[in-house]
Amino acid sequence: MSVPADTARPRIGRGFRLQWEEAQQAHVLLYPEGMVKLNGSAGAILSRCDGERTIAEIVADLEAVYGATGLEGDVKAFVEFALEKNWLELVSEEARA
Amino acid sequence: MSAVQAEALEKPAVGPPLWLLCELTYRCPLHCVFCYNPVDMRATGPELSTDDWLRVLREARALGAVQLGLSGGEPLARDDLEEIVAEAHTLGYYVNLITSGIGLNEQRIRALKEAGLDHIQLSFQDSTREVNDFLSSTRTFELKAKVAALIKRYDYPMVLNVVLHRLNIDHVEQILDMADRLGAEYVELANTQYYGWAWKNREALLPTREQLQRAEEVTQRFREKVGSRMRIFFVIPDYFERRPKACMNGLGSIFLTVAPDGTALPCQSARILPGIEFPNVKDQGIREIWYDSDAFNRFRGYGWMKEPCRSCPERTRDFGGCRCQAYLLTGDPTNADPVCELSPHHGLVTAAVERAERAARAGVEHPLVFRDHRA
Repeated sequence: MSVPADTARPRIGRGFRLQWEEAQQAHVLLYPEGMVKLNGSAGAILSRCDGERTIAEIVADLEAVYGATGLEGDVKAFVEFALEKNWLELVSEEARA
Repeated sequence: MSAVQAEALEKPAVGPPLWLLCELTYRCPLHCVFCYNPVDMRATGPELSTDDWLRVLREARALGAVQLGLSGGEPLARDDLEEIVAEAHTLGYYVNLITSGIGLNEQRIRALKEAGLDHIQLSFQDSTREVNDFLSSTRTFELKAKVAALIKRYDYPMVLNVVLHRLNIDHVEQILDMADRLGAEYVELANTQYYGWAWKNREALLPTREQLQRAEEVTQRFREKVGSRMRIFFVIPDYFERRPKACMNGLGSIFLTVAPDGTALPCQSARILPGIEFPNVKDQGIREIWYDSDAFNRFRGYGWMKEPCRSCPERTRDFGGCRCQAYLLTGDPTNADPVCELSPHHGLVTAAVERAERAARAGVEHPLVFRDHRA
């Protein structure tokens, strides 16, 4: 799998559900008979993957919220990893049209 | 070592029961020879009411439970299943239905979808009508194939579960072909674990090493063929391992089962463990049961362990294996799981495997005892 484009619009993959768990103080990804507890940055990225925002927009938002720069490489690497695991899928342009 | 450190080792902080399994009923139209349900189901009390189950869901969710399994027996035998699913969904659980599919018609699957059911795990006993129906002692194969199509049509992730053993493990290729034809996205080839009815039928069900190896090779080839279209999990029977499974991640660590009559258990088969009074959700709240009861504290931490587990550096990884298996094989649940080759009782496991090899060579067929919930 290659590095996703700036214009790609990721969303949570089919069969997965992202939610905040108060008891664990963490975002978790839920799927058939399983759960992944996400660390802070993974939760921050995945909770912005709504199929509407592009990767460039997600990076810009995270940089603004966390007062950081140069997050693009980390965000793209994580999105690539999450696509590989089917945690995320990309919304096709035809589907949006 | 300071006293504080020693205390921490003996009693690690207790986390929330993240996984709740509600065994809604022991009633089941099937009679599977490998079922882990208790062999004396009739000795248990009456099933919980709808209100009791809804209270269990609310109390466990408040403690942090988030993965919910609705199982049995056959959970579809409860006509309040839709109501239970709806409440669970509203509370924020990820709701898994673990079913044989018997009783799942279009009307019910639509109602379950509307109620917020997230996932259906459908069990098959084999790839052919003859063996499926023989192993479950019913005529259900075609019904299950229809249910699989319904699961697809209602856009659920398609998860098939097939329990493997000596009598069907040579059909793994046909089972995987069937799963692919049905459009399964996940397939669990779960080798039998020897509890309940499966323990009763162990001599007939334990496969040979050669069968197991062949099945793993076939599975690997199939994985390469289908790629990411279908994910295949192959759970090997622990009798063939050299180290035990980290059963339930340690009893009382993340897993809470409530049996049909309200008995709270740290694993589905823990009811067999001697000398423990298991609390009932009708008498006590989930918080009290999880944090305070002897039943849930008994095997937390490492203080209960005997040698060789007690001083074993691997105890933090496998927690000494399975307490039920230690009890079934050695008569003492505080022994190391005999699956571990460091256990002085490991010979009991290798002897069972050797008996299976000999029986296979001699063509011995052991009689099967079919599950019966009226037993």
